[in-house]
Amino acid sequence: MTDRGTDQYRQVFRLYPYAKLPDQQSALPVRHPVVVVGAGPVGLAVALDLSRQGVPVLLLDEAEGPGIGSRALCFAKRTLEICDRLGAAEAMVAKGVEWNLGKVFHDDRLLYEFNLLPESGHAFPAFINLQQPWFEKFLHDAIRAAQADGAPIRIRGRNRVEAVTPAGDHVSVEISTPDGPYHVEADWLIACDGARSPVRHMLGLGFEGRVFEDNFLIADVRMKGDFPTERWFWFEPHFKSGDSALLHRQPDDIWRIDFQLGWNIDRDKELEPANIRARVDAMLGPDVEYELDWCSIYTFQCRRMEKFRHDRVIFAGDSAHQLSPFGARGANSGIQDADNLCWKLKLVLEGVAPDTLLDSYEAERIQAADENILHSTRSTDFITPKSPVSRLFRNAVLDLAEQLPFARGMVNSGRLSTPCIHDGSALNGPDHSAMPRRSRPGSPCPDAPVEAGWLLRQLGPGFTLMTIDAEAPETLSAHGLTVARLALTARGNEALRERYLGKAASAVYLIRPDRHIAARWKSFDESAIGAALARAIARE
Amino acid sequence: MLNTDPNLPDPDEAYARLIAAHDGLSEAESHAMNARLVLILMNHIGDRTVLDEALRLAREGAGS
Repeated sequence: MTDRGTDQYRQVFRLYPYAKLPDQQSALPVRHPVVVVGAGPVGLAVALDLSRQGVPVLLLDEAEGPGIGSRALCFAKRTLEICDRLGAAEAMVAKGVEWNLGKVFHDDRLLYEFNLLPESGHAFPAFINLQQPWFEKFLHDAIRAAQADGAPIRIRGRNRVEAVTPAGDHVSVEISTPDGPYHVEADWLIACDGARSPVRHMLGLGFEGRVFEDNFLIADVRMKGDFPTERWFWFEPHFKSGDSALLHRQPDDIWRIDFQLGWNIDRDKELEPANIRARVDAMLGPDVEYELDWCSIYTFQCRRMEKFRHDRVIFAGDSAHQLSPFGARGANSGIQDADNLCWKLKLVLEGVAPDTLLDSYEAERIQAADENILHSTRSTDFITPKSPVSRLFRNAVLDLAEQLPFARGMVNSGRLSTPCIHDGSALNGPDHSAMPRRSRPGSPCPDAPVEAGWLLRQLGPGFTLMTIDAEAPETLSAHGLTVARLALTARGNEALRERYLGKAASAVYLIRPDRHIAARWKSFDESAIGAALARAIARE
Repeated sequence: MLNTDPNLPDPDEAYARLIAAHDGLSEAESHAMNARLVLILMNHIGDRTVLDEALRLAREGAGS
């Protein structure tokens, strides 16, 4: 998203105030194993994940906390599961808003309602609405907690990266601060510096894709009334605010309203409070009292870098791929980038895995980015038809949706972010045909209730050998790794049976540190598991 | 597989019913009705290869 508001750098929380450090006066640049650029959601998650695994991280940001800007709002289940592994999810869920009921309008007609009715037997809801600054604050709180436990992480606010120079076995980084410039060296540099990524520009790398000729006005309004906690989406709204409008709830009595304004608009005029209020009044009706909390106009694009890894510089989140807001795929996919990258980088830094393991980060996350861009583009084309015939069919779908359930399946106001299944990944090992498709190699582990609580919380920080009604040793060592066993039974546990066993009587799953499934068998076979482990760390 | 063999018991009557269904509609309303009809029939067919074949045939009829 390209934010055109004026106050995007207004700070919400001051989390990491600038402080002068000895590095800045060092005659020789200090070498760091990992430097992360940008303390947004992705940079914070990368730094937290690596440091919790014992990898020293230096996290740099030009500000001292999250700005207000045009921001992520919906955080999906997979993101919450990842944040739970990082120790940050409980606070997010406690603060966030859950909703299940959505309403879809065309003009002034209610076409239909839908209830998300998420599958039961998961620790986390399908998603929550939470303002991005809070999401960042909770990740930052988890970083402070990890630091107190000895995690080697340093965050430096008002440290702006000015130059990045690849130098063979390291990357040289020039940083400016209120006390002047200094240099550091990084074995690896992770660029999480957003859609306009200065690091990407410094390296002269392209960012190709499609620009959508549209402007969106976001208005966050504070309402005390009894407005229901539902998501309302209008196609061609009767209050004449362009092709679409969206209303949904955030914490603290704040509601997010999106108005699609079209391409040729007078931005300054649209941002005048009186004009914004006229739109909001028309949407909410004359009797609803509210205050404007924050407003901005943005445009958006769907694009990605051709490669996410450039030797020792790795891009993650919006710096690598940019999406439309429909489907809440930006921050959610960025957190999955972090999840995918960190265990691989740790194994490479430890010398356990070859650095080609990082190429699988690129392959898997480009697969995910392309999937997200496809969904995001389809939503955009449905919401804003690009030709008269496209509009004709779109409106035909909306006409039918009022009466016919099949047409509701075609109504696309954004498909909720779901994690990518890495079919065909070079890291995947053997599959077993009697077991369910949803947990095939490459899939993220579906959560399930187990005797000790939730399945995902039983998985350790490394590789796990999960056995269901199957024998196996308690630990297994191979290729420099120790794999811990998680022994479960599906007796009396229908969710576990349905999600992992299918028609098989028993199962042995090799699970990656990012809780994606590497391989699965009916029973324990040490040499097969050793081979799959080698494959999963690119040693084959 | 898409059936392109004659399949309507009374082609003249089927054609007349299609035209009659548009009676009294403006051109824009007729286009909208056709679009709804396409969607309804697509859903009935369901099979992706049959639909792809039908789309291809229809597109060829447009001369491109």
